[in-house]
Amino acid sequence: METSSLSAIWLTIKLASLVTVLLLLIGTPISWWLSRTRSRWKGPIGAVVALPLVLPPTVLGFYLLLFMGPHGLMGKITQALGWGVLSFSFTGLVIASVFYSLPFVVQPIQNAFEAMGERPLEVAASLRASPLDAFFSVALPLARPGFVTAAILGFAHTIGEFGVVLMIGGNIPGKTQVLSVRIYDYVEAMEYGEAHILAAGMVIFSFLVLLALYGRRGHKGWSR
Amino acid sequence: MLSCRFHKSFLLAAILSASAMFPWQAQAEEVQVASAANFTAPLKAIIVEFEKDTGHKVTASFGATGALYTQIKNGAPFEVFFSADDTTPIKLEKEGAIAPGSRFTYAIGTLVLWSAQEGYLDGKEEVLKKGDFQHLSIANPKTAPYGAAAIEALTRLGLLETLRPKFVQGENITQAYQFISTGNAELGFVALSQVYKDGKITGGSAWIVPGDLYEPIRQDAVILGKGGGNPAASALVDYLKGPKAAAVIKSYGYGL
Repeated sequence: METSSLSAIWLTIKLASLVTVLLLLIGTPISWWLSRTRSRWKGPIGAVVALPLVLPPTVLGFYLLLFMGPHGLMGKITQALGWGVLSFSFTGLVIASVFYSLPFVVQPIQNAFEAMGERPLEVAASLRASPLDAFFSVALPLARPGFVTAAILGFAHTIGEFGVVLMIGGNIPGKTQVLSVRIYDYVEAMEYGEAHILAAGMVIFSFLVLLALYGRRGHKGWSR
Repeated sequence: MLSCRFHKSFLLAAILSASAMFPWQAQAEEVQVASAANFTAPLKAIIVEFEKDTGHKVTASFGATGALYTQIKNGAPFEVFFSADDTTPIKLEKEGAIAPGSRFTYAIGTLVLWSAQEGYLDGKEEVLKKGDFQHLSIANPKTAPYGAAAIEALTRLGLLETLRPKFVQGENITQAYQFISTGNAELGFVALSQVYKDGKITGGSAWIVPGDLYEPIRQDAVILGKGGGNPAASALVDYLKGPKAAAVIKSYGYGL
């Protein structure tokens, strides 16, 4: 295997890990709110979160390219802060992946929170636990399987990301050239040998991840 | 049995009467075309004229030459192929994948350094030498001939290694253009045909890379094996060799 392939593997793992951590932090409050609220905004917000499930990555990539570019809203902000534009950068990929993988993290956690029902929290409240205390010592442990599913799906989905990265990454080795893009390049350049090594590795990795997900004891769908 | 026969004859009659109703479409055929991304605009313009003049119908797909080659070798249904180079068609010819003797040069491509900002380049390469920018967009040199030509030109200018860290790569020349046109890259190498119409640059600013900095980009076309018996395929190729198409091709800054 070429050394630049190794750097693509490392970059991909780094990206997926960082995105997973960020998504658990961002996704948890969103999931909590979605599972508890009776607001009329529940529908619209839930739909926005789920958009990346159905949108072609090219749509997301195209708008992120405009959004992050020097004439886009985010581009103007990052330039004003002296960070330059975020397209073609690792930070840009992280932000794009957070959008892209959001539903894969929010939905399992939301399902877990919903499956739990109101009862455990009512009991905690009757024992004089503050809402914050009840959330951390009752709700989070009860929803643990949902978090595990969310983390695995978020990680795996980011590893498999292609279209968005292709649109905003610029294919820079060591910076934005992730595994999926590199495989694409090898195939296009007809270097099938190297493509096979990486592609077969991806298949095995993805299978193991899903096995870990579906093979867990007592697995009954996404939420538990 | 009887009803089956009835259906067949009914169908036949329907087809016959349909062709009687539309006699001018009797010889109209469809042809499926694959073209290098840099030839997108002129080919679309030529297809409009061709369809009007002959009644044939053309379906065109655009992509990087290397990508299209892989698709062709793996059974893509293309009948005519407009490459961005001559090596790929020569390779297809050697592999026996084309209609014998159908290879010809339809255009000679011009490489241009382009920026979406007015006055940024103004016909000079000084900006490249200064290197006062963050991103230089090129097409993937492994699969796109204009990307390879850009690498060649930078090598001859002695700037390749200093500028390499600033490279952003599009999968094909269209994506390289898109990075620049959206302002995400300040400048980059694209095909003149993408930014040129009727004798002038259509927007932004440009430096036309002198021809002695890279091997001429001879763009060859072939009729592929699948298009061998299709009259619309040979009609399209003949049309490309004609004066009407030549005028369009030249208007986009290609040599002939």
